[in-house]
Amino acid sequence: MYLLLVFLPLFSSITAGLFGRKIGPKGSSFLTVLCLLITCLISCFLFIEVALNNSSVYINLIKWIDCDLFQVDWGFLFDTLTVSMCFVVTFVSFLVHLYSTEYMSHDPHLPRFMSYLSLFTFFMLILVTADNFVQMFVGWEGVGLCSYLLINFWFTRIQANKAALKAMIVNRIGDFGLALGIFTIFVSFKAVDYATVFSLVPLLSKKSFFFFNLSFNVLDIIGIFLFIGAMGKSAQLGLHTWLPDAMEGPTPVSALIHAATMVTAGVFLLARCSCIYEYTPNVLIFITFLGSSTAFFAATVGLVQNDLKRVIAYSTCSQLGYMVFACGLSNYNVGVFHLINHAFFKALLFLSAGSVIHAVFDEQDMRKMGGLKKLVPFTYSMIVIGSLALAGFPFLTGFYSKDVILEVAYGKYTNISHYSYILGTLGAFLTAFYSTRLIYLTFLSKPNGFKNIICYAYDSSYRIIFALGCLSIPSIFAGYFTKDMIIGLGSDYWGNSIFILPENMNLIDAEFIDYLYKILPVCLSMLGLISAYILYTFFIDLLFIFKRSYYIKYLFTFLNKKWFFDKVYNEYITQPLLLFSYSTSYKLIDRGIIEIFGPMGLSNLTFLKSKTFSKLQTNFLYNYSLLFLITITLLLIYNLLGPCLSVYLNYKIYFVIILTLMFI
Amino acid sequence: MIITNIYLYLFLTITVFCFGALGLIFNRKNILIIIMSIELMLLSVNINFVLFSIYLDDIIGQLFVLFILTIAATESAIGLAILSAYNKSRNNIVIDKIIKIKG
Repeated sequence: MYLLLVFLPLFSSITAGLFGRKIGPKGSSFLTVLCLLITCLISCFLFIEVALNNSSVYINLIKWIDCDLFQVDWGFLFDTLTVSMCFVVTFVSFLVHLYSTEYMSHDPHLPRFMSYLSLFTFFMLILVTADNFVQMFVGWEGVGLCSYLLINFWFTRIQANKAALKAMIVNRIGDFGLALGIFTIFVSFKAVDYATVFSLVPLLSKKSFFFFNLSFNVLDIIGIFLFIGAMGKSAQLGLHTWLPDAMEGPTPVSALIHAATMVTAGVFLLARCSCIYEYTPNVLIFITFLGSSTAFFAATVGLVQNDLKRVIAYSTCSQLGYMVFACGLSNYNVGVFHLINHAFFKALLFLSAGSVIHAVFDEQDMRKMGGLKKLVPFTYSMIVIGSLALAGFPFLTGFYSKDVILEVAYGKYTNISHYSYILGTLGAFLTAFYSTRLIYLTFLSKPNGFKNIICYAYDSSYRIIFALGCLSIPSIFAGYFTKDMIIGLGSDYWGNSIFILPENMNLIDAEFIDYLYKILPVCLSMLGLISAYILYTFFIDLLFIFKRSYYIKYLFTFLNKKWFFDKVYNEYITQPLLLFSYSTSYKLIDRGIIEIFGPMGLSNLTFLKSKTFSKLQTNFLYNYSLLFLITITLLLIYNLLGPCLSVYLNYKIYFVIILTLMFI
Repeated sequence: MIITNIYLYLFLTITVFCFGALGLIFNRKNILIIIMSIELMLLSVNINFVLFSIYLDDIIGQLFVLFILTIAATESAIGLAILSAYNKSRNNIVIDKIIKIKG
């Protein structure tokens, strides 16, 4: 059953992909959805058996690489962290599959799409169930590949192609870091499987490692490299630029990749490597800094985006920042808790957005929607649930995890944790604000779309409704029901899968922080909700004047252009790199130096020299006889004077003379 | 007859040889002069052979002279034949006009 969980999506992917022509779109949809349903049910059983009954399962399948010290097995480790992720992934994936069968039903390439979705699920399951770093890397690269295939699903669109390339390449930067991290782990631990590495971590916590001739703590190096990998996948500030662009794919893809599965891989990695990170306080500070900056940055950018999916994408980026800084503050269980909750309501939001987009004939611009409340009431209620959960409305899912994150951030009492608390709280306000803005512009404002579109807007059919309904239930209740189990005090839910040093553990401290700081995030969220609603309902003219005013216009552009991250990257990194690769490495080195000193230059030189020599034969007999005479004279001179010349002349001078003759 | 000072004669032969060689090089007009220069060089060689044959009191040198005389005669005959054949086809024997031997 444990292996079935992993390989059932592979089976459905292969069948739908290779035999999609035979079984048709209906058949392949049915097959993939059925397989995913079974996988989802299996993961429920696994969740009960492993997490609730607290009995980890370890399966060692076969040897993969067995080379001296380097041993990699195909092994599967099912502990609490794994099954929690498995449940989230398979649940969301199943609903996304079901949703896609209707959402993509008019697409001619439906079998291919379903195949990619299943393949994606398979690689994600490989990623979370691996028992060693190399196998995890297989899943890690696999989800990157599948994200490329899925974003690029409509391969005739140039924007989709570019976005897919960007996603793949930016991810690859992170993957390079992860690979370096795994290499470092192998060099220092002489093993890559979790069991060995994690049990050896305290032993190596003082060991230093030479990197660029500088001495570093080996765990710091590993931690930084692994975090660079997590940065790429989890779209942290610096490597985040791919995530909003990846909205070019179909909406179910966004829901699957950019809400529930792929981007959570980075947080999963942090939680999985908690044993390593606990011994690297400096790296944790860096992680906290980057996570909280991402949370704030993405929230500000999400505030002014006009694309429905882009707003949600930036909120994903922002929420990932929350998770990462929760991990950076050594509260990995809180981070994973937020990950699980976030997967539910973000998938709900994305799928609802897809439903809206479906209703208005693939129009994604929020400014051209409006007034959809009466037309698509079910989607409206779903998106309200999702947005309230995202904004941390009390007693919805997002509230339980986000508030705990901010509490532990304040309860740590260090500079960096207060920095993250402030940015996180501001981010909570902004999150609430843009969620309301999204709802208002899409549903509540006066209709702004074309009449012929608005007239035909209606809620989608039962498969989309079912998927949204299924997701709305955990979006409301998951936080409340699982809070005590997952992050409750003294809960042994996590078993050995997450390790927190006793001196870093501050969940109890967080319970006893000042009441003001506990209530502040919620108050700010509510303020964000209410103020956005009031501003957009009654003072929309004022907002317009505000936006058009001199300084605010610049701020607006600054935020709308994503803090000019893309511009800076393009102009100061990408373009110079392209220029370098063209003018320096291609024109100067490849076509220049190597060709001139290599084949082309050599043949040219031979040709030129032979031309020079053949020019000696000038067509005139007397010149021939002169050459005769000169040559005989020279030979005679050498013959006569050679022995005595060698006494006075060094042999090196002959080289000089011969070389000089070459240049004549 | 014993020659005590051979250098004077050697100087003569070398000079004649060099004149022959220079005649080959500096002659830019006439093929006939080339043949004459070659004859001159062969003549100087012959004199050299005779000289050494007498100086070393050895007959072999004079034997060679006879051979070379024969060779020179045949050579000039063949050369003149080539020359007249060339003249027949091209109607001149100016060296500068021989333009088909460029490298």
